[in-house]
Amino acid sequence: MAQQRGRGMLKGMAVLAALVVAGAFGLGRAGASAEELRIGLIAPLTGPLAQTGMDMVNGFQMYLDEVNSDLAGAKVKLIVEDEQGKPPVAVQKAEKLVLQDKVHLFLGGVLASTGYALAPVSTRHKTIYIVPIAAADDLTQRQKEQYPYLIRTGWTSSQPTHPFGEWACQKGYKRIVAIGADYAFGHEVIGGFQRSFEECGGKVVQKLWVPLFSIDFGPFLSQIKGDVDAVFTMMVANMTLQFPKQYKAAGLKMPLLGGGTSADEFSLPFMGDEAIGYTTALQYSAALDTPKNIAFVKKYRKLYGKVPSYYSESDYTTAQWIHEVMKKTGGKWPGAEKFIEIFRSIKLDSVRGPVELDDQLNPVQNIYIRTVEKKQNFGYPDKELWNTIVKTYEHVGQYWKYDKAEFLKQPVYSRDFPPCKYCE
Amino acid sequence: MQFWIIQVFNGISYGTLLFLLASGLSLIFGVMRIVNLAHGSYFLLGGYVALTVIWSTGSWLLAIPLASLAIAVLGLVMERVFLRPLGFEPLRQVLLTIGFALLFQQGALDIWGGNNMDIKAPAALDWSLVVGRIYFPVYRIFMIGMAAGVAIVLWLVMEKTRMGAMVRASVDDAEMARGVGIDTSRVSMAVFALGAFLAALGGVIGGTFIGVYPGLDFEILPLAFAVVIIGGMGSLRGALVGSLIVGLMDNFGKALFPEISYFTLYAPMVIILAVKPTGLFGTE
Amino acid sequence: MRGGTTARLLALCVLPAALALAVPFAGPYVTVLAARVCIFAILAMSVDVLLGYTGMPSLGQAAYLGMGAYLAAILATRHGIGLGCDFFAVLLGGLLLGALAAAFFGLFAMRAAGVYFLIITLALGMVVWGLAYRWNALTGGDNGINVFRKPVCGVDLSNGLAFYYTALALFVLVLAALSLLVVSPFGRTLVGIRESEPRMRMLGYNTWLHRYLAFVIAGACGGLAGVMWTHLTGIVSPQDVFLITSVDALLVVVLGGPGTLIGAALGTAVVVFLRDYLSTLVPWWQYVLGGVYVLTILYLPEGLMGLPARLRRQSSELAARKAVTLRESASVESRS
Repeated sequence: MAQQRGRGMLKGMAVLAALVVAGAFGLGRAGASAEELRIGLIAPLTGPLAQTGMDMVNGFQMYLDEVNSDLAGAKVKLIVEDEQGKPPVAVQKAEKLVLQDKVHLFLGGVLASTGYALAPVSTRHKTIYIVPIAAADDLTQRQKEQYPYLIRTGWTSSQPTHPFGEWACQKGYKRIVAIGADYAFGHEVIGGFQRSFEECGGKVVQKLWVPLFSIDFGPFLSQIKGDVDAVFTMMVANMTLQFPKQYKAAGLKMPLLGGGTSADEFSLPFMGDEAIGYTTALQYSAALDTPKNIAFVKKYRKLYGKVPSYYSESDYTTAQWIHEVMKKTGGKWPGAEKFIEIFRSIKLDSVRGPVELDDQLNPVQNIYIRTVEKKQNFGYPDKELWNTIVKTYEHVGQYWKYDKAEFLKQPVYSRDFPPCKYCE
Repeated sequence: MQFWIIQVFNGISYGTLLFLLASGLSLIFGVMRIVNLAHGSYFLLGGYVALTVIWSTGSWLLAIPLASLAIAVLGLVMERVFLRPLGFEPLRQVLLTIGFALLFQQGALDIWGGNNMDIKAPAALDWSLVVGRIYFPVYRIFMIGMAAGVAIVLWLVMEKTRMGAMVRASVDDAEMARGVGIDTSRVSMAVFALGAFLAALGGVIGGTFIGVYPGLDFEILPLAFAVVIIGGMGSLRGALVGSLIVGLMDNFGKALFPEISYFTLYAPMVIILAVKPTGLFGTE
Repeated sequence: MRGGTTARLLALCVLPAALALAVPFAGPYVTVLAARVCIFAILAMSVDVLLGYTGMPSLGQAAYLGMGAYLAAILATRHGIGLGCDFFAVLLGGLLLGALAAAFFGLFAMRAAGVYFLIITLALGMVVWGLAYRWNALTGGDNGINVFRKPVCGVDLSNGLAFYYTALALFVLVLAALSLLVVSPFGRTLVGIRESEPRMRMLGYNTWLHRYLAFVIAGACGGLAGVMWTHLTGIVSPQDVFLITSVDALLVVVLGGPGTLIGAALGTAVVVFLRDYLSTLVPWWQYVLGGVYVLTILYLPEGLMGLPARLRRQSSELAARKAVTLRESASVESRS
């Protein structure tokens, strides 16, 4: 028995040795013919934001697996770092990626604050930082000049809500209450909505700011004015599930509108029927009815057991975008400046639709107005909640219809801007 | 008027949830003189285990006792294997509970994943009672009832049973209790398991109301602290009064002064502590 | 005995010094982490003064770190102060702010002892966190404040090496100052208070004042560390002030060994490397960290610093046993 095991071990070691030798040869050959492209991905993998981070990594990895980690001849070495949901840790991990691993570019960060923390690192080390998720407006607006190496492949917070405000107004809503998480991201999402909604003739008659991560909405629900046409929400993370439930239990019946994160695919599978009819705006919906997206959703769901969220889609699309750049360079790293130039020139046919960058390196893309429906979709057997697209605004940039120079003159959307001039 | 009625109702229902969490924390402190920093973890783990039970059996009613008992066993093991061998060294024991809180956090993430989840209430509780123009969510009424039931049972156990008398004696003076032949080791084991049981119960009941998600453990813990600080450590009555005060204060703070709602809880807590370090009902 | 002292001296001074100087050879990321260790160790040592020497477990020390950090960030970004040689003035400012804040908070905290102290400091820490989070105009709220430039005074602190040596120098300075403090009569009184406050009071010491001063000194160290903290990563956010940072500061002291000062630094080094270095290598680093921590508390009440003594005890037992066997075998040999 012992002898047998010994022989098994010997055999195993022989196989291992063979593998090592083969691997060494393989590496040697790859090194000779192709370049190594080192990419750092910074995402929260522990702590409260861990699932978001895993969605991001999964999306990026799925694309790499599809192309066998071979971007036009460049072999990708992906280094994933855990930022633990803390901006200072993200900074240190970024420095590790740049200084020790000598990555060509890094991407990631979930929170706006992490985006703000990582952006200066890219400037300091003249290394490209791609922002797939963090949506803080000013990263690609008022502060963009400070971050020449920053490319955004996701969105700005107010980008989807600019057209959404107009949609709500054209839909016939006159008076709306806005309730949202009280931090920069919430201010920007609601600010964008308020501006276009009011310019079209609507009135935001009340703004309620809820402390971030509040789970009991009791204190706020009882203050919502009853005589309005709709309620606009801006929820994130754990708040998303509780709001519609407590809203319904409080006897409120006005239709619910919301920022993209209020009912995105990250939360939707865990919501109940109270979410039906929730209308939100974002640059992606898993229910998007295009062959590209259907294939993406099916494959992703098979691999990871859940419908992809925009976190996954954005990272998948980022990987695709990098691939397109490498195709143009023939797999050679072109240097940071040149990389940005090529990146910008590409009009990408992505899962979420056509995407391209504006001159501040923020995507111009479709914005989807989506309503939650319970239905069978894409041939899945069960009735599930899906973000059915009710209207598509094509080619929406971060300034939408507004003049860029004029837009940049106004302060960034905040708690008090735009002022609530119709508040009662 | 309507505003006040709703806010008071909300505050009380939130407070009752805190009572489930804080009563155990308070009793554990009373008997063992340790602040159990893993108490928020019990709350969260209770919710997670309940979800597992619901996924596999479909029964919400079954989830309540199973999850609470499972976590009670976890608490029991923790007390027996790790805390007890340290003897009477409150500080080291407190520090140990922090270590466990961190381990539980990672364990829960690896077992249940990091999604924001929710325990669906049974249909019988998922509606609202309408009085005049005011909606009273039945689930909140259920929460109040549940906590009231627990409070009464706890009170009866503490006042009328032998075990309760032993616990009270240990709270008052552990050395004296040992002196008169009370097995304080067994008392602390029982109290620790009971505390874990109550916290997990809170987690299951609260899971419907506030969700089950990573990070909840450290979000709810400071609230439970606020309760026992205000009410006084080791006092059941203090935990009850403290819960209601914190529930109402949190609620009115957010409703009336949302701008400074982060202090409406902690600033009064500091002041109460400074004036009466042992809390309203605590004894040194 | 003399050999023992030399060995001890070697272990306590020369070895760490050599290590500290050798750090840059381990690569730029390790240098960044080492700087982090130096800075956080200052905060940890301040906790040790409270916990290890005075018996007051503080769970709100991040408040002072945060104040120093926000002070440095606000002065640098709004007023352009502290980016030249006036950086040292800001360091002093952080120290003073920390001391002042602690002097105010101490009035509340000193009312409590033991576990109550733990909780009241926690509550005070949460108040400061709330301020950082809420007071948008001053602190930038959730987004925090970015400081783009690092101080330049003779040397450019944006150079990782220069920054590391500055942090190291500050650390050594604080270590020296606190070491003097704890062996002074004042420090001995603190230890007396830790052992038995009533006895010290009976002996005529103003124990309240001693504890209060210890608290203020700890706050000052926290504020000082905060200024460096800002320049370490170039960002300050409410995360830095949150409960978790305070918990960390307490944990590293317990891990390293309370009442030793240098243990706090050792604990910091272990935690930073487990968390920030091991996490770049394996995904299950949290279990290692939690495990090391729990095992230390269970089996090494004196922390990692207690390890040599324990080993020595064990090895001397072993040696004794060996000596016995040797003698036995020798006697056997001589007989044959």
